[in-house]
Amino acid sequence: MKIVALVKQTFDSEAKVVLGGGKISRQGISLIMNPYDEYAVEEALKLKEKHGGEVTVVTVGPDEATEAVRQALAMGADQSILVNPGTEDIDEYTTATILAKAVSGLEYDLIIGGFRAIDDGSAQVAGRVAEILNLPVVNMVTKLEVDGGKAVATSDIEGGSAVMEVPLPVVITAQKGLNEPRYPSMKGIMQAKKKPLKKIGLGDLGLDASQVAAKVKVLNYSLPPARAAGKIIPGEPAEAAAALAKALREEAKII
Amino acid sequence: MNFKLTEEQELLRKTVRDFAENEIGPKAAEMDEKEDYDWSLWDKMAEMGLTGIVFPEKYGGAEMDYISYALATEELARVDASSSVVIAAHTSLCSWPIYAFGNEEQKQRFLVPLAEGKKLGALGLTEPSAGSDAGAVKLSAVPDGNDYILNGTKAFITNGGKGDIYVIIVSTDKAKKHRGTAAFVVEKDTPGFTFGKKEHKLGIRASYTYELVFENCRVPKENMLGSDGEGFKIAMAILDGGRISIAAQAVGIAQGAYEQALAYSKIREQFGRPISANQGIQWMLADMHTRIEAARLLTLHSAYLRDAGQPHTEESAMAKLYAAECSMWVTVKAVQIFGGYGYSREYPVERMMRDAKITEIYEGTSEVQRIVIANSILR
Ligand SMILES: Cc1cc2nc3c(=O)[nH]c(=O)nc-3n(C[C@H](O)[C@H](O)[C@H](O)COP(=O)(O)OP(=O)(O)OC[C@H]3O[C@@H](n4cnc5c(N)ncnc54)[C@H](O)[C@@H]3O)c2cc1C
Ligand SMILES: Cc1cc2nc3c(=O)[nH]c(=O)nc-3n(C[C@H](O)[C@H](O)[C@H](O)COP(=O)(O)OP(=O)(O)OC[C@H]3O[C@@H](n4cnc5c(N)ncnc54)[C@H](O)[C@@H]3O)c2cc1C
Repeated sequence: MKIVALVKQTFDSEAKVVLGGGKISRQGISLIMNPYDEYAVEEALKLKEKHGGEVTVVTVGPDEATEAVRQALAMGADQSILVNPGTEDIDEYTTATILAKAVSGLEYDLIIGGFRAIDDGSAQVAGRVAEILNLPVVNMVTKLEVDGGKAVATSDIEGGSAVMEVPLPVVITAQKGLNEPRYPSMKGIMQAKKKPLKKIGLGDLGLDASQVAAKVKVLNYSLPPARAAGKIIPGEPAEAAAALAKALREEAKII
Repeated sequence: MNFKLTEEQELLRKTVRDFAENEIGPKAAEMDEKEDYDWSLWDKMAEMGLTGIVFPEKYGGAEMDYISYALATEELARVDASSSVVIAAHTSLCSWPIYAFGNEEQKQRFLVPLAEGKKLGALGLTEPSAGSDAGAVKLSAVPDGNDYILNGTKAFITNGGKGDIYVIIVSTDKAKKHRGTAAFVVEKDTPGFTFGKKEHKLGIRASYTYELVFENCRVPKENMLGSDGEGFKIAMAILDGGRISIAAQAVGIAQGAYEQALAYSKIREQFGRPISANQGIQWMLADMHTRIEAARLLTLHSAYLRDAGQPHTEESAMAKLYAAECSMWVTVKAVQIFGGYGYSREYPVERMMRDAKITEIYEGTSEVQRIVIANSILR
């Protein structure tokens, strides 16, 4: 089975975001593989272990995104492609167009990515890739079985879940709960540096900047207001509870 | 000069950090409280290959360098000192001498399962009456046909009780003192080899420390590492590498405590402002950070020398001495910054301060490190 895993490098979820010059500052921020993409890579590896085949990791990002790619290789992926778009001004259209182009040059039975990235949280990219490649897509998958040319996927839907059957090739997006991503092993880390990591640019894919230029422009970023200090309600338990209920109703207006 | 870690070293550090925080961290306080190790963690570390970091792939290892080993040890200790000594004793004290002094058959028999984490290793050097003076070991090994008969006691043995494979330093000829010593590999359940008392300790309480008792224990000659007479030499070679891992452990404990104190100082308010607004606290934090960085550089430098195949007895002694004293100093300050809460088991700095102390004692006390360094510079 040939599996393509789509991976994005994101800010660490614990990173403190600072704005500077209308942009999110990258300074002093540690970068990680998008956690939903870790589920995707893990699932790809499990399928490979079960059915044989190979896993190719594809990412769009700056050169430093090699760290996330190496992590996927150290987990057990076989090869990887990093496409550097040459600019930071990209949107979901840019990313999906590049990914689809890169993936279209590969053999695949299944394409899997995270259902969203924890940084911009748009949850669009994998779906757009499916659209461009004219493939079916199942989103927010928490359980996946692949056999006999079809996939059976359990997908999160509002208030419950749905079990869906779909022919291969298909695009799957991973939701939390799909699996427990493995830690790269020490041997895996050593092997990762020997595995192919193809760094390419738009030109190598036959694309030029105008074809992938972002359609959406961010006008302004803002941080949420600082959380106000907590409030301690003193007094006897019965009185304090009454005061709390009153505050929740009248001040916070949440009950 | 190049102070940059390689991409693999960075990935290893991050991987071990994530593993330690997610898998070990939630258990550290309870393991300390119960004086017991959760050995399911060992299985997970084995799966990741943390049980054989520095050994060649053909012996079941990951074939990484000592810098990587030091980084991994530091990351484990940053979260749980006990976990780091389980790995350090297993790797440096037991697996390494089999790798360095064992013949091919011994490596296949003992090193491979150790590196793969299928077996747990330990070293028996210290005896009730031979601690700092390790050359004075009395545990006797008397030849008998193709075997040796072992009699005597080892004290304070890390991974004792649970360990499967023990490197035991014995005396084969009392008259020759440390030149009349040898190193044997003894497996658990060998008749005549039993465990004495388990130590109840100040720190690293999750790590097992046992007495080993040998009563007419018959060990085949083929289990001897190197040749007769080399026991003390092997022990000293073990400590050259082992001290790097203890230095890394000390750095990790200090780093963990420092990070806790730094975060706490920013949220704890007294006199209407965070305590970190006071210069007294700021200078403590600045000194902690500086000393840790110095200790880390000494540690990585000694690891670098070892990787480069250069002598490092003096450097690993300096790293271990400085890092251990740094760790004790930093953890005391961390408790101080936490005030009354630092003295309570509710916060990890209390455990870290207890854990730090051992780094000034095992694999040569701080006094012994100074002896090693002085011998080297006055030679
Ligand atoms: C938790 C724990 C785990 C351990 N794990 C292991 C293990 O796995 N394997 C193993 O073999 N051993 C192990 N040890 C033993 C450890 O290495 C010894 O405790 C250590 O070497 C000190 O020996 P000692 O306890 O006999 O102290 P002593 O040698 O009696 O020292 C007592 C004091 O005298 C000082 N001193 C001694 N000689 C001199 C001198 N010449 N000049 C100045 N001061 C001196 C020492 O520095 C120390 O302060 C462990 C110990 C502990 C506590
Ligand atoms: C075992 C134990 C028994 C106790 N028994 C009693 C008792 O019987 N009765 C009782 O009332 N209390 C008792 N206490 C409380 C004890 O007196 C307090 O813990 C102590 O006064 C410190 O206060 P704190 O813990 O809130 O630390 P904090 O006041 O939060 O201090 C934290 C750190 O900030 C430093 N700091 C604070 N302000 C400044 C500043 N302006 N400049 C520089 N540094 C500053 C402190 O020195 C400390 O290092 C006990 C505490 C313990 C641990």
